[in-house]
Amino acid sequence: MFKVTVIVKRRPKILDPQGKAVEQGAKLLGFNNVLNTRIGKYIEFNINTDSEEDATKEVKEFCEKLLSNPIMEDYEYRLERE
Amino acid sequence: MRKIKFGVVVFPGSNCDHDAYYATKKIMKQDAEFLWHKELDLKGSDVVILPGGFSYGDYLRTGAIAQLSPIMEKVKEFASTGGIVIGICNGFQVLCESGLLPGVLLQNESLKFVCEDTLLKVENKNTIFTNKIDKEFLTIPIAHGDGNYFADDKTIEELEKNNQIVFRYQDTNPNGSIKNIAGIINKEGNVLGMMPHPERCADTIISNGEGSEIFNSVISNLLK
Repeated sequence: MFKVTVIVKRRPKILDPQGKAVEQGAKLLGFNNVLNTRIGKYIEFNINTDSEEDATKEVKEFCEKLLSNPIMEDYEYRLERE
Repeated sequence: MRKIKFGVVVFPGSNCDHDAYYATKKIMKQDAEFLWHKELDLKGSDVVILPGGFSYGDYLRTGAIAQLSPIMEKVKEFASTGGIVIGICNGFQVLCESGLLPGVLLQNESLKFVCEDTLLKVENKNTIFTNKIDKEFLTIPIAHGDGNYFADDKTIEELEKNNQIVFRYQDTNPNGSIKNIAGIINKEGNVLGMMPHPERCADTIISNGEGSEIFNSVISNLLK
């Protein structure tokens, strides 16, 4: 069994209005050094296999087919054996 | 006289399905039937409508989970053999996620849900959806939070080259969509996706009636 964490981020060139709005909030609070705020998604799940190779393959496919849309997003993942 | 049959797909969270049914059946006086998303049968539909709404609560991304519904396999088959498919608002988002149309609908630049009439320029009148429209402009309402059409430069170039951009917002761009895009067709011309809601303005009693022009165009072409 593996514990998987996935982070889905908007591609750098894609506008992120949520990030912009949060950054405005940061400025209002006086956090004047906050820059380049981007909001993404954090997803965790388990993969029920003992083979790291199989788990990696499945996670990648899952990310590409559902968890992210390659037109606007990139993804990163981490596997931890449990 | 023969009637055209419209199949209106109902996903969990669709909320413009009844408007689409009403517009096609009661206003356009054609046949219409609801198609539950778990069905695997388009029930002889001549035209499939993917209606507006918030399928699966817009979870993950708009349209991302609806495009995996069982009926979408049939809709893809139907489209690949030239069947006419219209995706309105959330339906447009589902078509993009399913790969039947290029690009994606991002969150509105303003971060606001926008509900208002928009003036649309009919950019391409050489489609089954528009070739019976006399007017240069249509006024059709939008109601969405994620209508900001985006695609990479190469895709936009292709859309322009193949005249796939059918509707553009004319005076003001309500959502930040690239090139003011409000509606596009696929390369083959049988799949239309648009953010504005023609089914909400098909009945002159409650609105301007201009949305009926799009349905009328499809019906006239099919009855030819």
